[in-house]
Amino acid sequence: MKVENLRIVFSPTVYENRRRRPEEFAEIAREIRRDIIKMLVLAGSGHSGGPLGCADIHAVLFFGGYMRYRPKEPWWVGRDRYVLSAGHLCPVLYATLARAGFFPIEELRTLRKFGSRLQGHPGRDMGLPGIETSTASLGQGISIAVGMALSDKWLDRNDRRVFALTGDGELQEGSVWEAAMAAAHYRLDNLCWIVDNNDCQIDGRVHDVMSIYPLDKKFDAFGFAVLECDGHNYAELMACFDQFLENHRRSIGKPTVIIAHTKMGRGVSFMEDDYRWHGKPPTPEQALKALQELEDPYIAVIEPIEA
Amino acid sequence: MPEFKLLGQKPTRQGFGEGLVVLGERYENVVVLGGDITESVMTSLFRDRFPDRFFSIGVAEQNATTIAVGLALSGKIPFFASYGTFCAFRNADQLRISVCYNFVNVKIGGGHAGISVGPDGATHQALEEIAVIRTLPNMTLVVPCDYMETKKATIAIGEIWGPAYVRFGRASVPWFTTEETPFQLGRAEIFREGNDVAIIACGSMVWQALLAADELAKRGISARVINNHTIKPMDIETIVTAARECGAVVTAEEHQIHGGMGSAVAEVLAKNCPVPIEFVGVRDTFGGSGDPDELLEKFGLTWRQIYAAALVAIERRDKGSTGLRRVTDVPGIHSLDGRGG
Repeated sequence: MKVENLRIVFSPTVYENRRRRPEEFAEIAREIRRDIIKMLVLAGSGHSGGPLGCADIHAVLFFGGYMRYRPKEPWWVGRDRYVLSAGHLCPVLYATLARAGFFPIEELRTLRKFGSRLQGHPGRDMGLPGIETSTASLGQGISIAVGMALSDKWLDRNDRRVFALTGDGELQEGSVWEAAMAAAHYRLDNLCWIVDNNDCQIDGRVHDVMSIYPLDKKFDAFGFAVLECDGHNYAELMACFDQFLENHRRSIGKPTVIIAHTKMGRGVSFMEDDYRWHGKPPTPEQALKALQELEDPYIAVIEPIEA
Repeated sequence: MPEFKLLGQKPTRQGFGEGLVVLGERYENVVVLGGDITESVMTSLFRDRFPDRFFSIGVAEQNATTIAVGLALSGKIPFFASYGTFCAFRNADQLRISVCYNFVNVKIGGGHAGISVGPDGATHQALEEIAVIRTLPNMTLVVPCDYMETKKATIAIGEIWGPAYVRFGRASVPWFTTEETPFQLGRAEIFREGNDVAIIACGSMVWQALLAADELAKRGISARVINNHTIKPMDIETIVTAARECGAVVTAEEHQIHGGMGSAVAEVLAKNCPVPIEFVGVRDTFGGSGDPDELLEKFGLTWRQIYAAALVAIERRDKGSTGLRRVTDVPGIHSLDGRGG
């Protein structure tokens, strides 16, 4: 089967950013997952597992009223900022931003294509609304987030917050711990660092490739307020983000880390918890199966019209 | 045409430190990140004057570079300074992606440049930063010639938008430019007119080039001395005009010959005006400990090597030589490889 044999339709739904009941996030996360599969099968390359694994985190963070942003005024100076330090996870961010209304949903079709604003790894040069910084060389995004939080807290002295997500394999980069040291040293309680802890990286299990554990003790020793949750449990994710906002409001003088235990490829049965899905896209057949599992209302096999 | 006389000896790093203070006075969004060697690269002057706008990041150059990116993305003009070996090499990936690809307003001050670092030895003598930094798209790279010009260059890179790097040294070196000496980013300055050979120099070698021109004049050779302080973007017009009018070129820099300012000049001239070029610089070797003057002599970074190279370049021009020969007949000078490294 070729990708042309699949009917790929992106739903037009845009979601509001507001307080929600936990169960409300399920459909949003499923929508993001469908977008990820569609983007990747159309692109023919890219990362599947990681983006699917943190769809729930993005659904809660962007659509649960935790981050302040204005999709139609993306560079609004009062916005909270989000840095996807693990830049290879960008399909989930692109889908999330499109669903929030930052840019047309149809643009998701252009992922990784020539001239697209949806580069293979996030590039600020393309001017895509919502992309605060180029990332992808692992470890750098979190230091950038520290710089942003430093500026907000100690220079502009405003109440903006910085959210950043790193992978877990990414924590093998030494400079990540330089960032951790600096975040605690400057008491950046406006920084929320999310670790997407799926214990998978390209070569295998993180604990086999190079162990980063124990993570909670490490972050605690570095001076963080440490929160842990099931990264697919909406109530637990909400509790963590609520706690971070409370930490910020009370100026606890510590950065917050949320260690979110996730499963790579979550939501697609044959990808789940399999590190081999780190860096490859689904075939058209696999995309068909994945979209059926994700209850996509549009997916169908079609005969393309001959030119 | 400015006339130059020696005003004294001063380290270029002092110009950097003083330039930062001027920027701090002019712009309240200028901030400085320290990498533990603040006295040594003289960011301490800014720290003492504007403590609220100085952040110590410790011995963590990768982190400092990317924290600077976060500050720049928040509307600040961050400067991070360290030794060139650490703020052009250890953080090269950060400079490439987070600073240059990201196209943010981050400024780097790279100290301890060149062999004249002296007793600290090879590990601390940055001799390769020009090669690394000038390959980065969106980057501006300046190598000023003395204390005063370093001060001007520091202010200048703070006042343009975009990634920029200023290279300076540790040792006291001749100070000979004044407030009135012309300086403009991206414009090479002709420091001495001449039409027999063009000596294109940057950094501390500009003074040596002027000394060499004096000596050449005694032999009836008029050398044009160009202070090519902005390596990127380079002043192509001044360089090409000099090559066309002189027909022979010498480049001089306290840096590896490979990939340095001379290489950049050669790229320009190979395309626009191919003429014989001789390269004075460090020849594919590491430095070592010693007094700056001893080292400059040993590694061939004085007016005498420029002088000899000028004679070779002129001879190659006049004989139509391809340069594929060894030159050993310059009296009183150790032999130089006519191929220029």
